[in-house]
Amino acid sequence: MLGKLTWQAIPFDQPIPLYSAAVVGMMLLAVLLWVVVKGYVPYLWREWITSVDHKRIGIMYCVLALVMLLRGFIDALMMRSQQAFAFHAAGYLPPEHYNQIFSAHGTIMIFFVAMPFMVGLMNFVVPLQLGVRDVAFPTLNSVGFWLTAAGALLVNVSLVVGEFSRAGWLPYPPLSGIQYSPGVGVDYYLWALEISGAGTLVGGINLVTTILKTRAPGMRYMRMPVFCWTSLASNLLMVAAFPVLTATLAMLLLDRYLDFHFFTNEAGGNPMMFVNLIWVWGHPEVYILALPAFGVFSEVVSTFSGKPLFGYRSMVAATMTICVLSFMVWLHHFFTMGAGANVNGFFGIMSMIIAVPTGVKIFNWLFTMYRGRVRFSAAMHWAIGFMVTFVIGGMTGVLLAMPPADFVMHNSLFLVAHFHNVVIGAVLFGAFAGYNYWFPKAFGFALDERLGKAAFWCWFVGFYVAFVPLYVTGLLGMTRRLQHYDQPQWHPWILVAGVGALIILCGIALQAAQLVVSIRSRQRRTDRTGDPWDGRTLEWATPSPPPLFNFAVLPNVKGEEPYWGVKRKAITAMQLSPEPSYEPIEVPRNSSTGIVTAFLAFVLGFALIWHIWWMAALALVGAYATFVVFAWRDVAESVLPAEEVARIDRANRSSRALALTEMHA
Amino acid sequence: MSTSDIAIPLPSSVLDLRSVPPSEATGHGEGGPAPKRIVVGYGFWIFLLSDIIMFSAFFASFAVLASATAGGPGAAQLFDLRNVQIETVCLLLSSVCCGVATLAVEQRYARLTQLALLATGVLGAAFLTLEVREFASLIAQGAGPSRSAFLSSFFALVGCHGAHITAGLLWLGTMMAQFYAKGFRADICRRYFCFSLFWHALDIIWVAIFTIVYLIGVRS
Amino acid sequence: MMLRNWLPALRPRIFTAVHAVSVLALLCSGLAGCDGNAWYPGSLDSAGPVSSGERVILLDSLAIMLAIAVPTIVCILAVAWWYRAANRRSLYDPKWTYSGRLELLVWSIPALVILFLGGTAWISSHDLDPAKPLNADRKALEVQVVALDWKWLFIYPDQHIASINRLLTPAGTPVHFQLTSASVMNVFFVPQLGSEIYAMNGMVTELNLQADRPGTFLGFAAQINGDGFSDMRFDTRAVSPREFSEWVAAVQTDGPTLDEAAYRLLLKQSARVAPYTYRAVAPKLFEAIASRQLPSGEGPHLAPTKGSQVTQASGPVGFLGDE
Repeated sequence: MLGKLTWQAIPFDQPIPLYSAAVVGMMLLAVLLWVVVKGYVPYLWREWITSVDHKRIGIMYCVLALVMLLRGFIDALMMRSQQAFAFHAAGYLPPEHYNQIFSAHGTIMIFFVAMPFMVGLMNFVVPLQLGVRDVAFPTLNSVGFWLTAAGALLVNVSLVVGEFSRAGWLPYPPLSGIQYSPGVGVDYYLWALEISGAGTLVGGINLVTTILKTRAPGMRYMRMPVFCWTSLASNLLMVAAFPVLTATLAMLLLDRYLDFHFFTNEAGGNPMMFVNLIWVWGHPEVYILALPAFGVFSEVVSTFSGKPLFGYRSMVAATMTICVLSFMVWLHHFFTMGAGANVNGFFGIMSMIIAVPTGVKIFNWLFTMYRGRVRFSAAMHWAIGFMVTFVIGGMTGVLLAMPPADFVMHNSLFLVAHFHNVVIGAVLFGAFAGYNYWFPKAFGFALDERLGKAAFWCWFVGFYVAFVPLYVTGLLGMTRRLQHYDQPQWHPWILVAGVGALIILCGIALQAAQLVVSIRSRQRRTDRTGDPWDGRTLEWATPSPPPLFNFAVLPNVKGEEPYWGVKRKAITAMQLSPEPSYEPIEVPRNSSTGIVTAFLAFVLGFALIWHIWWMAALALVGAYATFVVFAWRDVAESVLPAEEVARIDRANRSSRALALTEMHA
Repeated sequence: MSTSDIAIPLPSSVLDLRSVPPSEATGHGEGGPAPKRIVVGYGFWIFLLSDIIMFSAFFASFAVLASATAGGPGAAQLFDLRNVQIETVCLLLSSVCCGVATLAVEQRYARLTQLALLATGVLGAAFLTLEVREFASLIAQGAGPSRSAFLSSFFALVGCHGAHITAGLLWLGTMMAQFYAKGFRADICRRYFCFSLFWHALDIIWVAIFTIVYLIGVRS
Repeated sequence: MMLRNWLPALRPRIFTAVHAVSVLALLCSGLAGCDGNAWYPGSLDSAGPVSSGERVILLDSLAIMLAIAVPTIVCILAVAWWYRAANRRSLYDPKWTYSGRLELLVWSIPALVILFLGGTAWISSHDLDPAKPLNADRKALEVQVVALDWKWLFIYPDQHIASINRLLTPAGTPVHFQLTSASVMNVFFVPQLGSEIYAMNGMVTELNLQADRPGTFLGFAAQINGDGFSDMRFDTRAVSPREFSEWVAAVQTDGPTLDEAAYRLLLKQSARVAPYTYRAVAPKLFEAIASRQLPSGEGPHLAPTKGSQVTQASGPVGFLGDE
C-alpha cells in the first residue's frame, strides 16, 4: 500500500536526527498555531501565498534562503565539530551520518540558500530597475518559487522520514547508483533537485524575457543598470545549463529505478560521462550564483561612492564574456581523471582566461571608489569585504587551474577552502549586501546599521579563521570529507577552523538580532521618501514599499542613471515637476496555481521516492488537472482605477515634496 | 549619517511622461514593453531552446554509449527502418495539419480548426502507437534498456521524445476543448501559437533522432 | 580633533589589513614547514621528482599571483579609506567614469599574466603528465592497483606477488602504476610522492611516481566512496633496492594465493584491513578485473539502511541477483 515506506523510516534509534526533527517540528507547529490563532491565514493566503507580485515572490525566495541558511549552517557546525573531536577518535557522528551531513550541507547551501537568495534579489529588483510593473510571466514566477520550496521541503523531510544521500552534493556514480546506495537517500536528492530545477528553469525563462522584451520606454540595452546586465547573463546561463542537470539526473534516476545502464559497472555503463555532464552544468552554476552578486556590488559601490559605476561598457563586456566562457572550463573539476596533457592544458588555460574579466570587474569597482565620496554603510562593508576576500579566492582558483598544482590539491581541503572563499566571499556577501541595501525598499524601514556592521565583522573575521586553516591543512595533504583522521599535523588547524565556525555563528546571531531590533523599532527608521541611500537607479523613484503597480506612469528613460539626472534637476529647481495624468492600471490576479502545483510536485516526489506508485499517478493526474483549471480561467487581470493610482502616487509626491523643502530649509 | 540627511525626493511621475506608442518602437526594445503576443511567443522560444539543450544532453550520451552494446545486439540488428519511415511520415503530416490549423485559427474558421487539430492529434497518436510497439517488441526480444548502455541511451533519448509527444497530445486535447468552449479569445490563440511551436520543434528533434539514431546507427 | 575624526574610519581599515596580512602569514607558515620530516604528510614535503616539480609550480604560481593580489588588496583598502566621505581633502569627481588608458591597463595586465601562466600551464601539464615515464635510464617497477571497498590491492605482475594496504617500492626506482577500481570511483594519492589519479571501474589509468629517498609516506583514497572512506589508507614505504628484493623473496614463500576465488572474497565490503600479502597471483588477474570479466565489488545490500527495505521485490529488476 505504501511502497517501501514503513515505521522503520523514522529514526527512532538515532537521537540526533530524532531530537532535531522533534525540535524543528515543534517550532513549526508553534508558528502555525500562532498564525492560525491570530487570524493571519487569510492575509497570508491573499497577500503572500497566492501573490504573483514579483516583489512578494522575491521576498519569499529570500526568506526561504535565510531559513535554509540556518539548516545548512547547523550541518557545517556539526561537520567542524566532528572533525575537531575525531582525531585518533571516532567522534560523535558515525560515517553513515557524517556522509549524509556533508551531502546535505552542500546541496542545501547551493540549491536552497545561494540560488534562492540570488533569484529572490533579481526578482525583486530587476522589474523596478527596468521601470516596469512586473516580470513577463507573473503566475509562472509564483510556480517557480513554490517548486523551489517543494524541493527544499523534500530535502528537509529526509531528515525525519528515511535518510539523505551519502554521496556528496554531486553524487558521482557508481557510488550513487542503486548497487552501492540502495537506500532512499539518493532518491530524495534526485527528486528534490529535479523539482526545484524545473522551478529554476521557469524563473530563468521569465527573467530573460523580462529583460529582453519588457523594459521601460527609452531604456536601451546600454542604459540598463549593471545589475540587470548581470541578471540577464545569470538567467541566460540558467536556461542553458539547467536542462543538462535535468537530463543527467534523469539518467541516474533511470539507472536506479528502471535498471538502465548509463553509469553502472555492468553492461557498458560509463560513470565518467556523469562527471563530464554534471560539471558541464556545474561550472555555469557557480557563475549563475556569482554574476548577480557582482551586480549587487556594482549597485552598492556606485551608490555609496556617490559616483556612477566606472567603465560601464567594460563591465557589460566582462559580464557577457564570463557568461560565454563559463561553458568552456568544466574539466578543471577533474584534471586528475587522466584526460591527458593536451586536454588538461587546454582547460587549464581556459580557466585562467576567465579570471581576466573577473579581475577587470574588481578594478572597475576600485576606480568607482576612486575620486568618490565613500560612505561606509553596512552594505558597503560587505562590498569592500567581498573585494578583498574575492581577490584571494580568485587567486587560489587560478592556482588550482594549473593542472600540476591541481594534481596534489584535487579534493583536498585547499579546494574546499577555495570554493568557500569565492562562494561565501562573492555570493553570500553579495546576498547580505543586497539584503541590507534593498531592505528599506522592500519593507519601508531600514535595518539597524550598527548591528549590521557588527554582523559583518563577525562573518569576515570568522570566515578567515575558519578557512585559512583549511588552506593550510590542504597543503599538508588532508583530503575532504574525512570522518576521522590520525595525522597530528592537521589537528590544531582543524580546531582553529572550528573556532572560526563559532565566530560565524555569532555573525548569524547578530543578523537575527539586527532583524528583530529593526522590526521592533521600525517606527523610528521609516523610509519616508523611498530613497534612503541617495540612489541612482529607478527603483529609488518608487515609494517604500512600492505599490502593487510599481510605477504610476511608466518612466521614459533618457540616459544612463535616469533617476539620478532628473533628481539633480529637481533639487536645483527646488520643485517636483507637474502631476501626471493618471490612467487605470491592469494588474495580474492572484493565483493558487503555484502552491497547488508545488504541493502536487512534493507528493509526486515523495511517492516516487518510496515507490508508492498509486500516489504518484494521482499526483500526475492532479498536475494535469491544475494545468487545465489554470488554463480555463477567464479573468487573468483586474483593473486598478485611476483614482486609486492617483491617491497612492500623490501620497509619495507629498512626502518627497516635504523632504525637498526640508532639504532647503 | 541618518537616512533623512541624504533622502532626496523624486516620485516616478516626475520623469518624462510622454510614453512612446508601440508602433514607434524601434525594435531595440526602446519602445517600452512589447505586446503580450510577442512576449509570450518569445518566452516560449526560450523554453524551446532550453528543451533542445536537454535533448542534446541525451544525444551526447547516445553518442558516447553508441558502441557500448555489452556483447548484445546493436543498431543494425535491431532497428526496423520501415517502421521508422512510417513514424516519420505520420509526424511530418501531423505537423502539416498543425500548420493548416494555425492558418484556420488566424482566419477564425472554427470547424476547420477543430478538424485540423483532430488530424494532428490522430497522426501524433499513430506515431506514438508505432513507437510503443517498437519498444515493446525490442523488450520482448531481450533488447530492453537493461540489456546494455547503448540500449539504455536509445530508450532514454527516443523515450524522452515520446514523452514530449504524449504531453503535446494532452496539451492538444486541452486546446481543442478550449477552442470549443471559449472560441478564439486572444489568450487562447497565444497559447495555441506556443503549442504549434512546440509541435514543430518536436518534429525537428525527430528528424535529428531518426538521422543520428536510426539511419547512421544502422549504417555503422 | 583630526585624530578623533579619522580614527573610527581608520579602525576598520586596520582590522582588514591585519587580517589580510595574517592570511598571508598563515599561508606562508604552512608552506614553510617543508623540512623533509619523514612523516610530514603534505605534498610540500616532496620525496620524489613529481611532487618536487609540482611544488615548484605551485609556489611559483603563488608568488606571481601574490604580486598582483597583494597590491590590489592594498589599493582597495587605501582608496576606500582615502576617499571616505569624511575626508574633505580628497578630490571628489563624480564625472570621472571612464579612462581609456586605465581600461587598457586593466585588461592587459591580467591578460599578460594569464598569458604567462597559461604558457606555464601548457608546458607543465606535459612535463608532469601522470602518464609520462620518469626516468628513461632505469626500468620502472610495474605495480597494478585495484581500489576495492575499502582497501587497496597492489599487484606486482613481474614479481607475481600482491599486497593489501601496503605499497613497498625501491627508492630511486621509478614506479609505473596502472589503476582500476573494482567498485566505485576512487582516487589514489600519496601526497609526498606527487600526483593523484582517479581509479575507475572498467578503465585503466596510468601514473608514474618515484621516491627519491627511503621513508614511510601517507597514502589514502581521496574521493568519497562510501562509509569506509576515512579508513581507506595504505602504508607506502620506500626502501633500498636490496631490502625490496628481500621483501619480495619473503612474500613469495609465505601467504595465500590470489586467484579468482580469493579475489571474490575481497569483493565484500570491509574496512580497516590490516596489511597482508599474497605469495602468488593468477596471471592476467588485473586485466580481467579492468575489462570487467570479473564481477564488481558488492554493494551494501546486505546491510539494510535506515528506512529502506531493500528486498528483491522492491528493487529494480535484476540488480540484486545478477552476478
